[in-house]
Amino acid sequence: MSRGAPYLSAALGISWRSLHNVFTTPALLIPALVFPLFFLAAFAGGLSAVAETPGFDYPNGYTTFIFGFVLLQASALGGVFTGFSIAADFERGMGRRMLLATRRRTAIVLAYLLTAAVRVFVTWTVVTVVALLAGLTVGGNATEVAGLYLLSLTVNVIALLFAAGIALRLRTLQAGPLMQFPIFMLLFMTPVYVPQALLAGWIAGAAELNPLTLILNTNRDLLAGLPAEIALTYGVAFGLIALLAAWAVTGMRRAEAAG
Amino acid sequence: MQAAADNSIEASGLERKFKNGPLAVAGIDLRVEPGEIYGFLGPNGAGKSTTVHMLTTLLPPSGGSARVAGHDVVREGPAVRAAIGAALQEAALDPHLTAREHMRLQTALHGLPRAERVRRGDALIERVGLGDAADRKVGGYSGGMRRRLDLALALVHGPRVLFLDEPTTGLDPQSRAALWDEVARLARDEGVTVFLTTQYLEEADHLAERVGIIDDGRIVAEGTPAALKAEIGRPSVEAEPVEPEQAGGVLGVLERFGEPVPGADGAVAVRLEGGPECLTDVIRALDGEGLRVANLQLHAPSLDDVFLEKTGRHLEGAGEEPGTAEHELAESPA
Amino acid sequence: MNAAAATLRGSPLPTQVGTLAGRSVLRTLRQPAMIVPSIVFPLFLLAVNSAGLDAATNIPGFPTDSYLTFALAFPFVQGALFATMNCGQSLAEDIENGFFNRLALTPMRGSALIAGQLGGLVAIGLLQATVYLAVGLLAGGEMASGALGVPVLFALSILISIGFGGIGMFMAIRSGSGETVQGTFPLLFVLLFFSSISLPRDLIEQQWFQTVATINPVSYLIEGIRSLFVVGWDAEALALAFAIAAALIAIAISVAALSLRERLVRT
Repeated sequence: MSRGAPYLSAALGISWRSLHNVFTTPALLIPALVFPLFFLAAFAGGLSAVAETPGFDYPNGYTTFIFGFVLLQASALGGVFTGFSIAADFERGMGRRMLLATRRRTAIVLAYLLTAAVRVFVTWTVVTVVALLAGLTVGGNATEVAGLYLLSLTVNVIALLFAAGIALRLRTLQAGPLMQFPIFMLLFMTPVYVPQALLAGWIAGAAELNPLTLILNTNRDLLAGLPAEIALTYGVAFGLIALLAAWAVTGMRRAEAAG
Repeated sequence: MQAAADNSIEASGLERKFKNGPLAVAGIDLRVEPGEIYGFLGPNGAGKSTTVHMLTTLLPPSGGSARVAGHDVVREGPAVRAAIGAALQEAALDPHLTAREHMRLQTALHGLPRAERVRRGDALIERVGLGDAADRKVGGYSGGMRRRLDLALALVHGPRVLFLDEPTTGLDPQSRAALWDEVARLARDEGVTVFLTTQYLEEADHLAERVGIIDDGRIVAEGTPAALKAEIGRPSVEAEPVEPEQAGGVLGVLERFGEPVPGADGAVAVRLEGGPECLTDVIRALDGEGLRVANLQLHAPSLDDVFLEKTGRHLEGAGEEPGTAEHELAESPA
Repeated sequence: MNAAAATLRGSPLPTQVGTLAGRSVLRTLRQPAMIVPSIVFPLFLLAVNSAGLDAATNIPGFPTDSYLTFALAFPFVQGALFATMNCGQSLAEDIENGFFNRLALTPMRGSALIAGQLGGLVAIGLLQATVYLAVGLLAGGEMASGALGVPVLFALSILISIGFGGIGMFMAIRSGSGETVQGTFPLLFVLLFFSSISLPRDLIEQQWFQTVATINPVSYLIEGIRSLFVVGWDAEALALAFAIAAALIAIAISVAALSLRERLVRT
């Protein structure tokens, strides 16, 4: 009797199917590409005067400043969109097939991580090229830029694990808002438009507590080649990944138990 | 109750062609008498619903003419709509409203006076057995409940002609029987003319006084169920050999008694030249040749046989309906 | 009056409109998933943007020292976008599930359907506007036009909702699909952000963006509402906003009505 596909084989197979679905379905592919570009254009284009505010001391211009946020947002929402795919797969019965086909079901989670990574890589490429044409100026060296994208990858993983945990527990596309809104709210409770030092009131407190703020600030520092709190930021990111991995894996166990 | 004289439905060369597409209805002539229940039977895609949409003024014909309740469907649309009720293929209901709210909406749009709206709406809800559920949102109703509400809404303004487009599709036998009873009562006691489309033989057989069989946009047969079946006249016998390789031999024996007709998978069938009394001879003949059959069935002619005779193929779903006229015999030993 | 005669004539137009509007309101109120996001989401963005961009008030020439007051126009216009979706979505559902055909078989007039849908939208729009204003003022926003500005604000806000609601209805009638209606939301979102929603037009540095914002009629709707909070009584801004809202209504309702005539193809 078959005991299911080997771990990596299963993960790659499921991931390939998912990616094929995304890249052949414009309705799935295009929003993930268009939304970051839209925010880049709207914020960098419409709010560039904010850089004239006293105390706004980011050296590489407003477009680069906003690009730091757009990269974070694209990475996070890319993870969420893959979460939608998980929910859709389980709602339509594909999830059951995957559970039957794999020896170790965590391969399914790995598969979606791979899918999210490939998807976000495509998004990054498009958004970075457009941003460079629009005036993005990179002050960081190659190591810092690599660090920037690696950090953004951790955000993608964090968002995916969060969304996966919900998708695997509820197994319906109607859970979409539950996946999307918390991430969206966390993204906007960071120093989106101005440096953290210029925030005041409740948003300053919220941003202080928000782990995405640390990641966003480090993003911007790496872009500009400024000193960045690398160790702390990566520590927080990997800590979140560990926590949310448990969330996703226990979600997988719930999906298994539901059959 | 005497049916009003102008409760009839007439169509002459009625046609509907879709843009760049086929002729969905290819020239239909029919007349439904006042107070009659007319069954319009045909497979999926035959043109039943398109015909209903034209007769109910929801779709303009591209050719021919039709009159419903004495009014031309093209030139007198509002008068037609005032005289008809329709329960179309989907039980088109708002899941967020209750049955009572549906009634208020429908009666208000039809121009019933305010006091009459409440009285009539509540009476119809009771009549279709939804009194207990009247204040629950329709989104939580079963399929049978939705169909009943659908029918009640179609009756709100006291129509003289009722169109029912596959009204019992997807219903359980109990709900179906209840709906049939109500439709029969409407025609019998209130003189309502009923035009009913269906793909179920049993429904046409049971309910309709006359049946029109439609295929590929054309009426291929029309008459009372008994008359249509009598045209075919003869029963068929179907045999399933115990050993599949003996099918040829079994068919050879059966062919002595009639001409071959299509049978179920793994079985052979002939339409008997004689009547059902030939069955004994058939059994003796099979026994004489040493042929063993697992199943031997005598089929009285059905509307599906009529359809088969006219079109060369079976009606979809024919034979899947419970209670079709079959006489099943036990395995016949050789 | 017998039922046949009554039904041939049908009920008077005001009765039909009232009945359909009542249904529209009831349906919306029974679907919290339609109301709550349309109230909560704009307020969330208002909170985040007004706090996050407060430093922008230090830009020379910024018209007020409270970004909250400046941004209070935002939820009113974004709420109108939700009106587009809700209005269009419910009509698309009716078409998809066949309820539209049921209505078509009654003596219902097409104009009653449109007016009824919009009637429901007005009721919900008033609720939204009340919440936005109350929350905005409680949070510290100011209304330079005072109490007299409130009815003007509500009138303008409702007209904008009607205009966008008409667009939603047109999309629904044309496509008969809820998914298509949903698919237009991002496009309208783009219209909202490529405007003077975040900064006054004269302070937008990027020339291309300023040009887009100047061409974008949504900018004038926002500026009209904003003027009631920031300036008080700016006749030009208000006149432009009302004129554009009226034009939007005229265009949207006309195309919706024309599309309805094609879809309500009964003889």
